[in-house]
Amino acid sequence: MTEQSDLIVVGAGPAGLAATAAALAGGLRVALVDSGTVVGGQYWRHPPEHARAAIPTEDLHHGLREYRALADALPAARAAGRLDLRTAHHVWSAVREDDGFAVHAADRREAPAETAVVLRAPRLLVATGAYDRQLPFPGWDLPGVLTIGGLQALLKGGGVTAGSRVALGGTGPFLLPVAAGLAARGAEVVAVCEAANPLAWLRHPGPLLRNPGKWGEGAGYAVALARHRVRVRPRTAIVRAEGDERVTAVRIASLAADGSPRPGTERRIEVDAVGIGWGFAPQLDLLVALGCDLTASDDGNAVVAVDDGQRTTVPGLYAAGEVCGVGGAPLAVAEGRLAAESVLADAGTAPVPGDPAARAKRLAAVRATVARQRAFARAMALAHPLPEAWSEWLTDETVVCRCEEVTAGAVRAACADGGAPDHRQVKQLTRAGMGWCQGRMCGPTVHCLAGRGRPYTPAERLVATPVTLGALADLDRRNSPARTE
Amino acid sequence: MSEFSIDGRPVPFTEGQTVAAALVAAGRVAWRTTRVGHRPRGVFCGIGVCFDCLVTIDGAGGQRACVVPARPGMNVTTGETMTTAATATTAATATTATTEEGDDD
Repeated sequence: MTEQSDLIVVGAGPAGLAATAAALAGGLRVALVDSGTVVGGQYWRHPPEHARAAIPTEDLHHGLREYRALADALPAARAAGRLDLRTAHHVWSAVREDDGFAVHAADRREAPAETAVVLRAPRLLVATGAYDRQLPFPGWDLPGVLTIGGLQALLKGGGVTAGSRVALGGTGPFLLPVAAGLAARGAEVVAVCEAANPLAWLRHPGPLLRNPGKWGEGAGYAVALARHRVRVRPRTAIVRAEGDERVTAVRIASLAADGSPRPGTERRIEVDAVGIGWGFAPQLDLLVALGCDLTASDDGNAVVAVDDGQRTTVPGLYAAGEVCGVGGAPLAVAEGRLAAESVLADAGTAPVPGDPAARAKRLAAVRATVARQRAFARAMALAHPLPEAWSEWLTDETVVCRCEEVTAGAVRAACADGGAPDHRQVKQLTRAGMGWCQGRMCGPTVHCLAGRGRPYTPAERLVATPVTLGALADLDRRNSPARTE
Repeated sequence: MSEFSIDGRPVPFTEGQTVAAALVAAGRVAWRTTRVGHRPRGVFCGIGVCFDCLVTIDGAGGQRACVVPARPGMNVTTGETMTTAATATTAATATTATTEEGDDD
């Protein structure tokens, strides 16, 4: 076990990296924990250092200058003994203790072997990000159908394209970089089905106008997609995947205003891979279990409630990035910085280095960025909603819970006639959400099928990721050295 | 290129890739069979959330192929043979039970 830290940061994506860099600059000792083999999170996912020559991914990234500036600050802090960097550490629990927090992780650097580790600090920042939100459709459980984040992870992390003829579907701007990345690596992107109407952005032009950085990014993708002759089909959805042992085709259809497939518009496209993403679901496991208040977000998710300094309702506990509302990397970076400034102010142990006036000015700029980017995130959520009538493309046989293989028919039966009112009750009646993933994949869907109109709040998961009893027993033994044979 | 094995067959990989990335690069999208419907499954979320890509690695079960880095000489097993055997046993038992019931009638 290393020395005591002033702050533990869980998650080394854009928010966690930015918070760590700012906290280190302010003189704090930080422990940064992430399940990935290198820092960067999903957005800046990279192969390990030693593999970067063999797996070039630089051209697939955005904002790399920021990533490098943040990541490059880490080695010196480690050498100085002020940063305890814990990559390949999977946090399975975080709990409050009298004088702060204990973060329990499984050190999986030598996976599949694992060692249990406990880190302690008076303050904790959770920046665990988000994962792709999914809506089931017939055939979505066929091999070769992935989340768009999964396609992107294989590409950015391993230099692998999951297919040679790929169809993408769902909603949101994330479809574009995935399409552009696949095309850049030689895959034929045969369809990009965007369920929303792009004109919906015009209903909220303000945030778009105030974020010119987003135009440049959008224009970049438009050029890349045009160069590879990839067509984005608005108000279209993948309503079925076909195949036996793996996906071989999709059926796409134009959508009516309510999101239901328009009769007679369906067409079949042969593919060998499919990517689906309906926005993101924040990874709230640690925060829910720690007892933070949640609040409703415009995209239908419950997110953690924070004040204007990223403080949660639990004293000493901070949150930044997608867990506070899905909004992309620039917002996450700004929130991470803001959170670190709050930690520095609240810790109050030593005067923060630097000129106070310059610091105040910097803080004001960060707050302005957060406000501007949050307005953009809200406009994005409203422009890319889940189609109201999406459940029309389900058949009774469609698998909803992938782990327990519970069908839409079974979930509907459980909810019929004033039956199960929410996903928790559906789980008890059908086993949907009871399997390996603990409802992470089907939770939002079952929630929609059971009780529309309320934000989706995930079930409390006391163990955020599996850990072996052997590793825990070993930790117990190491902590009790006096107890010898 | 290095190699690991899956169910005894070699899989080449580039150092730095996960087990799942190497399998997909080798053209394999499915390596597990579901318990109820006996359907093929492979990588889905790719980031360790969905648990669809589970394999056994060097004897340790329940490993997510999408988060474990491939290492030379790793012994990956899918348990497909085991699942099939278990299924066959269950089916046989069920058949026996039905027959016995039929005999009783």
